[in-house]
Amino acid sequence: MKREVPILITLVSGLFCLIAFFVPHPFVHDLYGDVQNWAIVVVGCTYVLGVANLLRINVRQAQRREGDWFYKIVLIAGLLVTMAVGFSEGNHYSDVTSRFQWIYRTFYSPMTSTMFALLAFFIASAAFRAFRIRSPEALLLAIAAFILMLGRVPLGNAIHPFIPNAADWLMEVPQNAAKRGILIGAALGVMATGIRVILGLEKTYGGTGEGGA
Amino acid sequence: MLGVERGKAGVHLPAAVSFATCLCSLLLALHVAAFPLKASDTPNDGGGSITLEWTAPQPVAKEWILVRRERGGTFAPVTTIEGTVHSFRDGAVQTGVAYEYQLVAQPTDPQLDSEVSAPTRAVAAWFDRTKVNVLVVAAIFFFLLFFYIRQAESGVRWSFRKIPGLAAIEEAIGRATEMGRGILYVPGVQEIDDIQTIASMILLTKVSRMAAKYETNLLVPTNSPGVYTVAEEVVKSAYGDVGRSDAYRSDQVRYITSEQFAYVAAVNGIMLRERPAANFLLGAFFAESLLLAETGHSVGAIQIAGTANVHQMPFFVVACDYTLIGEEYYAASALLSNDARLLGSLKASDTVKIFLITVIVVGSLLLTFGQSWLTGFFSTQ
Amino acid sequence: MNAILAGLRALDRRWIFLAVGLLVIAPLVFGFHIAPVVPSHRAKGFYDAIERLPEGSTVLVAGDYDPGTRAENYPMHLAAARQLMRRNIKIIGVELYPAGVPLADDVLRIVGAEYGKKIGVDYVNLGYKVGNELVMSSMGSSIPKTFPVDSRGIPVSQIPVMKGIENFQQIDMIVSISAGYPGTKEWVQQVVSRFHVPMVAGVTAVSAPEYYPYLQAGQLQGLLGGMAGAAEYEVLVGKPALATRGMDAQSLAHVFIAFMILLGNVAFLGQRKPAKG
Repeated sequence: MKREVPILITLVSGLFCLIAFFVPHPFVHDLYGDVQNWAIVVVGCTYVLGVANLLRINVRQAQRREGDWFYKIVLIAGLLVTMAVGFSEGNHYSDVTSRFQWIYRTFYSPMTSTMFALLAFFIASAAFRAFRIRSPEALLLAIAAFILMLGRVPLGNAIHPFIPNAADWLMEVPQNAAKRGILIGAALGVMATGIRVILGLEKTYGGTGEGGA
Repeated sequence: MLGVERGKAGVHLPAAVSFATCLCSLLLALHVAAFPLKASDTPNDGGGSITLEWTAPQPVAKEWILVRRERGGTFAPVTTIEGTVHSFRDGAVQTGVAYEYQLVAQPTDPQLDSEVSAPTRAVAAWFDRTKVNVLVVAAIFFFLLFFYIRQAESGVRWSFRKIPGLAAIEEAIGRATEMGRGILYVPGVQEIDDIQTIASMILLTKVSRMAAKYETNLLVPTNSPGVYTVAEEVVKSAYGDVGRSDAYRSDQVRYITSEQFAYVAAVNGIMLRERPAANFLLGAFFAESLLLAETGHSVGAIQIAGTANVHQMPFFVVACDYTLIGEEYYAASALLSNDARLLGSLKASDTVKIFLITVIVVGSLLLTFGQSWLTGFFSTQ
Repeated sequence: MNAILAGLRALDRRWIFLAVGLLVIAPLVFGFHIAPVVPSHRAKGFYDAIERLPEGSTVLVAGDYDPGTRAENYPMHLAAARQLMRRNIKIIGVELYPAGVPLADDVLRIVGAEYGKKIGVDYVNLGYKVGNELVMSSMGSSIPKTFPVDSRGIPVSQIPVMKGIENFQQIDMIVSISAGYPGTKEWVQQVVSRFHVPMVAGVTAVSAPEYYPYLQAGQLQGLLGGMAGAAEYEVLVGKPALATRGMDAQSLAHVFIAFMILLGNVAFLGQRKPAKG
């Protein structure tokens, strides 16, 4: 029963969503909209589990003074303080002068931007470490990469207007063609995986205890 | 006729006035309602919409006010439309109720107004005919799927090309076991309803079983509570499947945060502290892909990545040891399982791909010679 | 020579990080200028599409990004708000990223002050709603029902700029400033395809190629890609700002990365790479 019920639920809901794609009638579509809303509610409820798990693991590690335990306390304090401040300010949490906005502007915004900015450094080190020109195809790729990197900045146009035009052509023609091929393959993979899951051919994702490796 | 005496000229004055009035009205009627307004149910929708089309003769009005009434009611304005427009979709009607429409010219000029349209009802369709092409391909896929599954069940075996990344999974776990270090499995940054995340959970089952069998420490940080819930169940069950329930620890799977870059920072921190020997980056990734891959490389981990996000593939190809690109990632679970029925689904998707390639080539040739019916059939817009 | 190559092979990547950092900071600190920004046809399409709108139109600006992609998306959001407000076009802001609301508030407040526009009368920010594509579909039925209050908590029925706005039929254009999912692709699939509202988009550089098919098909009338796209758009709007200043830094960074590729290949000359997939 423990194995069959989830598979049956998956089959029924999967087939229903598939049918709803083709049937615009409100009899089907309204229920489809409700099902999507239920999914959002269920996911919302899992946030309670998620936060509980986060607190449980980090509080235990802090209590046991495991490695970097001090940062666990910083994490827990950050979570609790931000929640408390946000709730205490009610509807005014989004006012420019609110304490919640201060936390957002002082901590969250700069730290998030900084993490994204690290990409620039990592791209440079990956370019040095890993971009090896060992074949004619890799050489073509490197030439295209040089043209694109120059074409995408004003320097390329200053050297010669051909460079940004070439960069545009590379992106709009060969890149687009290759990407569409990958997308078609990936879309077929999505169909195959989805149908395997819906029909119950693939059961392992739900932890249903199939034997063997 | 009206009781007025005849005039000296012998003409009935009231009769003349009546005749002139009638003539004017007739002439006016001929000029009013200058052009027809066609109203029809908007096809392939769930009702609640009527489409209007018209061709206004020159000179057109600067603007129209579209008015609408239910049968037997009075006209009320709906919207204002520019004079150069020739169609409009009224999406604010009740299904099943008959409506009539008219275009009233602005500035007011009855000679430029349209006729009143015939009463029309919005109807909900049971099938969206614009999706016939999708249904055809889906039907072909289903047919091929069941056909190949039948073949697989009757003993037919196919050969598939080797994907180095898949063969490397067991090698990577073995390496981690030998080095006495752990494995890190990152299931992407999308929710559990994303097909890439579902595919990641399928692969997590296999990786967990191997890790349990080899007694290698496995860590799975997740960025969504939904994914955490499923991943925890997957890992726990996988350990139970190979008889190692005792080895499973509840903190192996943990929810970090839903914020993209906070999650990346946390996972990078785990990599730098725990120094796993093998990293599996399997799922939907965005800007964090290179951040994770480079940090993983810096701690000396062997890295196997897989994603269907086209814009992140180049970063994984450059920075990881093995990369599963697009459909290889989705095929991975079937190939690893070696289950005949799952391999049958792989065969079906390959066959559909050949069919689509044929359609693209034939369609391009036909289009070159001015025949657009094939490309038109496959159009989705 | 071998010693030099060996040294290069063993190069600590922190030297590379330092070089990138200095090259990016130098133009920003010393203010030197490398090359003028020349707008592309995609940026011109974006600009022209908004220029064609009549005064008094209402535009939905979807700020679907968060501080992570601020460097790319915020300048384009700012420039779009400037062009719209300069043309006296009303702005309705929505965000599908919860952390994007303060950024959108900032943009509207800063640009509103520049052009003397009033919140509620000339622009409003409806804020964030959970649900991704569901929010878009729901707005297609009724925007006031989807967003009964704005980001300040004021009922939309009391907001003058929302008067008469029921659904997408009253929206003259969508400007999508997007970092990924949910974003431009979802707006095209859920709204443009169904309701035929004209749309322009500003996206991150790495995801811009994904939207070229939509541009070619006419579903998007203009596209800005990354900080370069934002800089091109700033030039067209006539107010070079954050993105334009950043382009000099980006130029140097791109040249450095190209140099790193060459240097890496020189350093590993003669070395075999292990076979991999």
